[in-house]
Amino acid sequence: MLTVLIVMFAGALVAPALFARFGRSAFFVLAAAPAGGFVWLLVQLPAVLGSDQVALDGGSGAPPSVTVPWIPSLQLELAFRLDALAAVLCILILGVGALVLFYCARYFKSDDPDVGAFGAQLLAFAASMFGLVLADDLILMFIFWELTTILSYLLIGYSRHRLSARRSALQALIITTFGGLAMLVGLVMIGQTAGTYRISEILASSADLVTRGTIIDVAVALVLVGAITKSALVPFHFWLPGAMAAPTPVSAYLHAAAMVKAGVFLVARFAPGFGETAFWYPVILVLGMTTMLLGGWRALRQHDLKLVLAYGTVSQLGFLVMVVGLGGQDGALAGLGLVLAHGFFKATLFLVVGIIDHQSGTRDLRVLSGVGATSPALFAVALVAAGSMAGVPPLLGFVAKESVFEAFVHRAGDGVVGTLLLGGIVLGSVLTFAYSARFVWGAFALKHGVPRTDFKRVRTSFLLAPAVLAVASVLFGVWPLPLDAVIQPYASLFPVEGDTAHLALWHGFNLPLLLSVVTIAAGTALYLLRGPFERLQGRLPSARDAEVVYRSTIGVLDDVAVGVTGRTQRGSLAFYLFVILTTAVVTPLTALIVFDAPMPADFRIADSPAQVAAAAAILVGIVAALRATKRFMAVLMVGITGYGMAIIYALHGAPDLALTQMLVETIVLVAFVLALRSLPARLWNRAESRHRLLRAGLGIAFGGIMAVIAMSAMASRNSAPISIAYPGMAYDEGGGANAVNVLLVDIRAWDTLGEITVLAIAATGIASLIFVRGRGDKRRRADGVEDGSVDRGQEPLDAGGRAGAARALAMRFADVSRDPWLVAGRTLAPERRSIIFEVITRLLFHTIIVLSVYLLVAGHNLPGGGFAGGLTAGLALAIRYLAGGRFELAEASPVSAGTLLGAGLAIVTLTAIAPLFLGGAVLESYILEFWLPVFGDVKFVTSTIFDIGVYIIVVGLVLDVLRSLGSEIDERAESDDPVAEDTGADALVPPATEAEGVRP
Amino acid sequence: MTVNITLIVLMAAFFAAGIYLLLERSLTRVLLGLILLGNGANILILATSGPSGRSPLYTAGTPAEEYTDSLPQALILTAIVITFAVTAFMLGIIYRSWVLGRVDDVQDDPEDRRVADQDSYDYEDDADIIADTTEFSEAEDPSAAAAADRAGRTEGPR
Repeated sequence: MLTVLIVMFAGALVAPALFARFGRSAFFVLAAAPAGGFVWLLVQLPAVLGSDQVALDGGSGAPPSVTVPWIPSLQLELAFRLDALAAVLCILILGVGALVLFYCARYFKSDDPDVGAFGAQLLAFAASMFGLVLADDLILMFIFWELTTILSYLLIGYSRHRLSARRSALQALIITTFGGLAMLVGLVMIGQTAGTYRISEILASSADLVTRGTIIDVAVALVLVGAITKSALVPFHFWLPGAMAAPTPVSAYLHAAAMVKAGVFLVARFAPGFGETAFWYPVILVLGMTTMLLGGWRALRQHDLKLVLAYGTVSQLGFLVMVVGLGGQDGALAGLGLVLAHGFFKATLFLVVGIIDHQSGTRDLRVLSGVGATSPALFAVALVAAGSMAGVPPLLGFVAKESVFEAFVHRAGDGVVGTLLLGGIVLGSVLTFAYSARFVWGAFALKHGVPRTDFKRVRTSFLLAPAVLAVASVLFGVWPLPLDAVIQPYASLFPVEGDTAHLALWHGFNLPLLLSVVTIAAGTALYLLRGPFERLQGRLPSARDAEVVYRSTIGVLDDVAVGVTGRTQRGSLAFYLFVILTTAVVTPLTALIVFDAPMPADFRIADSPAQVAAAAAILVGIVAALRATKRFMAVLMVGITGYGMAIIYALHGAPDLALTQMLVETIVLVAFVLALRSLPARLWNRAESRHRLLRAGLGIAFGGIMAVIAMSAMASRNSAPISIAYPGMAYDEGGGANAVNVLLVDIRAWDTLGEITVLAIAATGIASLIFVRGRGDKRRRADGVEDGSVDRGQEPLDAGGRAGAARALAMRFADVSRDPWLVAGRTLAPERRSIIFEVITRLLFHTIIVLSVYLLVAGHNLPGGGFAGGLTAGLALAIRYLAGGRFELAEASPVSAGTLLGAGLAIVTLTAIAPLFLGGAVLESYILEFWLPVFGDVKFVTSTIFDIGVYIIVVGLVLDVLRSLGSEIDERAESDDPVAEDTGADALVPPATEAEGVRP
Repeated sequence: MTVNITLIVLMAAFFAAGIYLLLERSLTRVLLGLILLGNGANILILATSGPSGRSPLYTAGTPAEEYTDSLPQALILTAIVITFAVTAFMLGIIYRSWVLGRVDDVQDDPEDRRVADQDSYDYEDDADIIADTTEFSEAEDPSAAAAADRAGRTEGPR
């Protein structure tokens, strides 16, 4: 069982390769897969039919089954079971599947580029259908069900250059997925109520389940929604005619033999246990009957042969669902007999239409003429199939319809409803006969006044598949015994009323036979009166088409989606922030009120007077930053708050934080100045923007809610912090007295590892934003740069007075011939140089670097560490840059920023991994104690190496900031073209945007 | 746990000012707002960690309760450095947007505006399909010509 399934799916996987190799003949290879499966099915049949259909797996006489555990915790298993019902469907799926694939080899052009994917999808579809009918698990069945939906979408949309194909494919997908979702809900309801998802077990306990009342009624109704969408019943019938945009072999297989039968199968699967639930008969009988009559009525109006068949199929599906859902042994027998008969004749007819279209280039029955005479063999095949459809003896269609009549004649005794049903069925059959005749006439007759259709000879191999199916229609019509044997085990699940029914060609003179005669006579009359009838149809007002309703529904959905998106996705950042922040205020506020959050009882003004002073200074800074109209004034005021923070930290007893904050604040100031120097000095170039009060209100509300949250959080504390033991732990196990540093490099080193990765990414981001193409790591050094060439002539040089005197002095200083203070100071324009700055830089640079290394190494025991050390080194580089310009920075940093970042990350990662090889955990640290000549006894903790990596990364980050926001912007400003180095894609942007930039 | 009013007020002021600036259109002010928000968050962590005390530098014999809480400090230190990296990155963005567009403003996304202004007519959904009775015609798409005509009419004037 599994082998057949796997072989078919595997065949689908390799199909594209086969097509690349053999062209369209690869369809023969693909056809072998279902054909082999069909042989396997025939071998299995005796065991299946001889088994006890209701026996559970493992019980005596149970049908063949396979179960593979999948997700045991969800009760999900790959359970397959081949019972009689599955076997009947498999005859169609595998038999017709093989024939259709065989037929495809002649249908498609040999040079069609998409045929490989098509073949794969068609075979995968066959495999999915096979899995669907075999599945013994509700969820597994649903998975195969949706697989067929998706594959049918792909197959219908095969001619993707046609709008009709694309739209029909999507329409079929939406409708069947909608039904599938409803069905999933129903399946889950059934599964949960029953406590098992095994279909065989659920059916075995159905008598108990149906007594649970509403939940099962509703669940079964939802499952039926899945069935009626899949089987194209009213009001979802319209997707099936639309799906005729698919290639005709697809229509033959999916829309006649296999997929649309999935809904019928579902009804048949649940009918033995759940046929008595509340919604079953209303849904099945009303919708089935409506569909049957509507389809037949519409089929008589079509001019496209394929649409005649499509509406005929809709009609037949309504018929099938009605009969299969009817219940009773006779109903089940008739239903499955009809399923097989329909599969045989409808597939044949579609394949015939495909041949006609292929040979003549049209399917329009007003254009076709004389095809029957040109191609008698094709005509014969079509005549047999159409006869079977119409219910003409001695064909299989007649046999099946006889038993249907018989089943409904039994029900007719039950009252008005039964009689109405019988009448409806007869009426539907009359319509069926009429459109069958219309089909044969339309396709093959020599029409008066229409020129003979140019029809190429049909190759035998092309005609083979429909011919085989037509033979089956004749053979099993004359000799229905084998089919009766296959179906009886399923039918025996239902109670027998009166005599056991059988499929047979001749039941004697009885009412069903009379009804058949009536049907044929009335149908013939209707066919002969087709002219007046068509005119009558044209005169009747046609009801509002379900497809129009569907399309306007989809249209409204689209409009609502656009409306909602337009209201919410306005493209304005401020709007989004408003929504988010308002939510951030309202949600916690609600929670605080509803859950009666604890509030603190003890308050104190401050820890110390100094804290109040620092806070006051910060508040002044905040207010000034809000009111500042000049860009750098605002930056400076925010800087004041930052330095104030450093004081707060220091007062709190957090020297590491104070140190780091001071250093960061300084470097941030430098970065601000460097980056924003080309922007205008004033902060806004238009009147104060609107909504000022709203913004202020939101800000105050947010600040207020944060205050309340903070106080509530403080009042909620009910146990000692875990960190109370950290200082001791840090010293004893981390080997360092500075608990904060040990936390960073040891106890919570994972956090730090993540953080420095972010730093490296941010650094690379900055460099990429400014350099645009690459990181710009290969910078020019000072060699060969002309003296005084950098940043020259930015101001008028002929200014007199103090400025002139200062410049004259600077010029003299620039010319002295002795060792320069700075390596690249000479490259700066004389008016840019400052001797004091150069001297101080010379004096301080190495001292600061040494200090930074000290902070790095000492940080394990004293305030400091990799972050503080790295920032200090970065400051030293900043001083070099400010004093000596970009070439000075290049000279000061022989190692590129990219290399630094990479090296730092490598060191950190290696430190993290190395303990694994020593039998430790990731990031574990070791304490080494040894003696060195000068230093004496040394206690070395390996986490220091980690800190060194951090140091290097921070240096790399600062260097990237200086290089990008400093050096590179300098260079652009001097070359007078801010995007001089942006070439390629970026070069396209400036002309247009710069023109826009002028706009006020 | 007693509440330090000074720190709470300071934190609230940071958040209020930060949000106010964040909602501005000027990118520079947005960035300054972010920095203030970062400071506010740091104060929040600091304030909720308890009163001030000895630095968490281990000295033998000191009772564990006398040290200030070291864990929040490590968190804040991380936050300070990350804020620096983010600030620098934002500066890069501000510079770039100035170079390319001569604007220091948060721009509205025109793509979103276009979605809102969308016509309810959609070719895939609403175009008329011309009945087609063969799969073997050479015409690429019988509906395409009609649709192109229709599209020309509706979108032409824009």
